[in-house]
Amino acid sequence: MNRDAATEGPLHWHEALIERIVARTQRAVSVFVRSPIGPHEAGQHVDVRLTAPDGYQAERSYSIASAPGTARLELLIERLDDGEVSPYFHEIAQPGDTFEIRGPIGGHFVWRQADGGPLLLIGGGSGVVPLLSMLRYRALVRDKTPTLLVYSARTLDEMICRDELANIEMQDPTSKAVLVTTRADSQEAGDYSRRLDASSLHEILARWGRTPKHVYLCGSNRFVESIANSLTGNGISPASIRTERYGGA
Amino acid sequence: MTTRGFTGRRPAADTARRLPPGQSQTLDFPVLAFGPTPQVDTAAWTFTIRHGARPLAKWDWSQFGALPHTEWNGDIHCVTKWTKLDTTWQGVSIDDLFDAARIEPPTAYLLAESFDGYDTNVPVADLIDGKAMIATHFGGAPLAPEHGGPARLLVPHLYFWKSAKWVKGLRFTERNEAGFWELRGYHLYGDPWREQRYTNDP
Repeated sequence: MNRDAATEGPLHWHEALIERIVARTQRAVSVFVRSPIGPHEAGQHVDVRLTAPDGYQAERSYSIASAPGTARLELLIERLDDGEVSPYFHEIAQPGDTFEIRGPIGGHFVWRQADGGPLLLIGGGSGVVPLLSMLRYRALVRDKTPTLLVYSARTLDEMICRDELANIEMQDPTSKAVLVTTRADSQEAGDYSRRLDASSLHEILARWGRTPKHVYLCGSNRFVESIANSLTGNGISPASIRTERYGGA
Repeated sequence: MTTRGFTGRRPAADTARRLPPGQSQTLDFPVLAFGPTPQVDTAAWTFTIRHGARPLAKWDWSQFGALPHTEWNGDIHCVTKWTKLDTTWQGVSIDDLFDAARIEPPTAYLLAESFDGYDTNVPVADLIDGKAMIATHFGGAPLAPEHGGPARLLVPHLYFWKSAKWVKGLRFTERNEAGFWELRGYHLYGDPWREQRYTNDP
């Protein structure tokens, strides 16, 4: 939501039309939709509502993966085994289908160009999605804020948009990425093939050679708690760290 | 507007009755906070009630522990759409706190303020008459740091962002001043049964 939200009307539910569904990993799809919701900022999310024939409704929130200013809204939806809404997008939804959407939502876990940097983005699993929107936005507007992405997933195959992230890093020397794989038997190890902790983060930050002005940290609660402690243990001010945590462990 | 092919997974009728619109039951206890969990040491902990800048009453951890304690059982509702049923909390009711300090609320509004810089506004009427407490225990155990320990506000009839974690005091304000999330897109009051999630929800 924009800073001047107080002067605007309520966030209404709108129809979203699915244009395309793209598999990103075995567990994550991108759902590209056309919807009349207002422009978003990098890091925001939307509420999604599905309605059964008898009127029963289910609501969930999903992060926006697309950059502000791109034509189609991209929602990244990870399949939860015991989920109610995510399996719908993985198994049933097709281009041409519609559902309801409201937003964009969130005024804290948001990066605006004026916020500047250096910018440290740390994502665990699907926690990379709002960070992806920030990186895409930065690339779109040719921003040169020094940026480091640290992305942790179990294996390289489970990393969302890995090729695109590598491409962003290749085309822009001010943007760096460190990929961390946590599963010991991962076929291809990432840049780091051990869990992120205070000492590996210390090495990563030393190699980057900058002190972040803003840190955006997103993932499971366990991931966020552990990394936040490691960051403050490395002398990074808690006030510079924004967190977003997904439910469960 | 029906969603093609969506049937949904309905909760049992007795659970469904207890879920405000748009909420789903969780059996976990998800954690949400705008930043890192602050380490709040009870040896340095204090709780202060202020009117504007002026302190009206102050307790340290052992003085606070000597106040009368209350238990509350019921359901809590987070704006991120989870509801947790049958939770049990212990702490000091706001009524007992005001009584102990011999305070008649000087204004109709206050901000709950936290050690990490967070704040949130709540009308005084929503805190008194048994509606709220400063909770120190969850399910019989000391409140874990990630859930707001050593002490958090508990206002269970409003969305849970109002139940400020790591609370260090209450500050009476002349007007209904927006707090941290209320300035960032979330509703000024936050009644889950009216689904007052975002700024201009009716």
